[in-house]
Amino acid sequence: MTLEIVCPAGTPAALRAAVKAGAHTIYCGFADETNARNFPGLNFGRAEMAEGIAFAHARGSKVLVAINTYPRAGAEHLWHAAIADAETAGADAVILADIGLLAFAAEHHPGLRRHLSVQAAAANSDIINFYADTFDVKRVVLPRVLSVPEIAAINAEIDVETEVFVFGGLCVMAEGRCSLSSYATGESPNMNGVCSPASHVKYSEEPDGLAARLGGYTIHKVGRDEPAPYPTLCKGCFTAGDKTSHTFEDPTSLNAEQLIPQLAKAGVTALKIEGRQRSRSYVAQVVRNFRAAVDAVAEGRPLPAGMLARLSEGQSGTTGAYKKTWR
Amino acid sequence: MDLTIGPNQFFWDADTWAGFYGEMADSAALRVVLGELVCSKRLPFYQDRIPAAVETLLDAGKTVALTSLALVTLKRERKLTADLGAMGVPVEINDLTALSHVPDGAEFWVGPLVNVYNEGTFRWLASRGATRICLPPELPLSSVQVLAALGAELGVAVEVWGFGRLPLAISGRCYHARLHGRTKDNCQFACEDDPDGLSVVTTDGQPFLAMNGVQTLSDSTASLVRKVEELRDAGVSALRLSPQTGAFGSVVAAYRGVLDGSVSPDDAARVLAALAPGGRLSDGFLTGARGADWSGVAV
Repeated sequence: MTLEIVCPAGTPAALRAAVKAGAHTIYCGFADETNARNFPGLNFGRAEMAEGIAFAHARGSKVLVAINTYPRAGAEHLWHAAIADAETAGADAVILADIGLLAFAAEHHPGLRRHLSVQAAAANSDIINFYADTFDVKRVVLPRVLSVPEIAAINAEIDVETEVFVFGGLCVMAEGRCSLSSYATGESPNMNGVCSPASHVKYSEEPDGLAARLGGYTIHKVGRDEPAPYPTLCKGCFTAGDKTSHTFEDPTSLNAEQLIPQLAKAGVTALKIEGRQRSRSYVAQVVRNFRAAVDAVAEGRPLPAGMLARLSEGQSGTTGAYKKTWR
Repeated sequence: MDLTIGPNQFFWDADTWAGFYGEMADSAALRVVLGELVCSKRLPFYQDRIPAAVETLLDAGKTVALTSLALVTLKRERKLTADLGAMGVPVEINDLTALSHVPDGAEFWVGPLVNVYNEGTFRWLASRGATRICLPPELPLSSVQVLAALGAELGVAVEVWGFGRLPLAISGRCYHARLHGRTKDNCQFACEDDPDGLSVVTTDGQPFLAMNGVQTLSDSTASLVRKVEELRDAGVSALRLSPQTGAFGSVVAAYRGVLDGSVSPDDAARVLAALAPGGRLSDGFLTGARGADWSGVAV
């Protein structure tokens, strides 16, 4: 069976580009705080969502709507409306993280398929079975804390599908369990759908290089001729003890394309690409590469090698937690 | 309003660990949550001391609960989580995995590492048997007000993070091990050298975070000592104090003094800043522009 490619779309143009490039499935969100990529100028209005879904369906692709932030107390109606509107627009599933929202969707929209977002960080078979039994979740996006053998062990003990990230930005912390960003800036993935927001980034030219600060904290400083990666908090350079280093993670991004055969053997259903904030040409290129790779694996051919390295953030890729030594 | 001692986040040797709970038995806190929250590899070093500590605390009239791990991935961690109920005290779930093992209708508590951001989740947990919920430290006062009011309506006690370095993130990766060029499986317990966490400072020398094995904490010690009035008005019933080394009895006493009105919040803040690792306090998640902010005078 061919692995399903689940591809990001931050705009209707990116959605169309991804469909044309061969994405089996697209995921996207509404243009508000209900989704975890709540960036200025991104995401879909209600009419755009319906049109995008119709475009995808006409070409045999599916569309998943991510409603994966944690609803704000006193404002849950915004998230409830997003679920209703996703169903009306014809979404193939919604991707949810919050328990209250899962319970709401199961009760009020029983016919709308539910996926568990990576933001719920369901990291073992007990909790996955619990979500399946309690909220009839059909697919779980696994957090980026698991090795490939652990993913295989989980799949052996559950009946629902699993989806794993294979390319793009890499959360170093368990997803949905991190408030580093709001500690420094007041805005977080869980509450606002943003991490290390650009509105709180300041660059300054200093004698020893270009400093990038987030909420006033220096995340890194680079020399004049060095590449300056975006100052994502957990990929900064800090001092701990007597060591100055990338304390949590290097400025790298996930590239697990070489692990596709192992992930297929581990029983994974779908491969997810991060990057709803990326351009449509990036999205199209990544989709084409991954589609070629999963088709090759399905037909027993060798993988096309190393095509995506230059698209990676900071020019370096990691396989992250999929290899146990990452820990 | 009263006081809860949260589970120790750090790796302490067994004697220090047991000594701490002996001291807490004589403290002004009404309840204590203990057990391993952060890393299952630490547990064997003090696991056999837990029953005696529970007994000491119960004998002293405290209410006691046992915490789950914050992140459950390994087989032995799943077994550990499934067995938590055997101790005969309520389980505080800090990962929903623990909830999957709570028998239907049995009482449980919810810790600050479970994402309770809104009424829907709060109601759902209450319907499953939650009797006490400590809200995530990230929540602003406006959310705390809504949820504490709901707690009053449903008969669920609502707590907030009152004191301690903030648990900002949990990871599959051990940062103490990484710092020493090791992996988590071969960590050699590097975190033991930092019983309040290891400071993470920016390259400009600004204190920022603290590492604690797989956990990342704030550098500042959160303290809601200056927010007691707002929290009481909202209907919050307890402040959670997170253990650290040093004179923790004095921390508990400072909070009890503020709750009783015998110590002013600013006087208590001075005492707490002197006891906090690094001496910096914050209360910005509740009322500030960002978590690291402090509403009082700089100390």
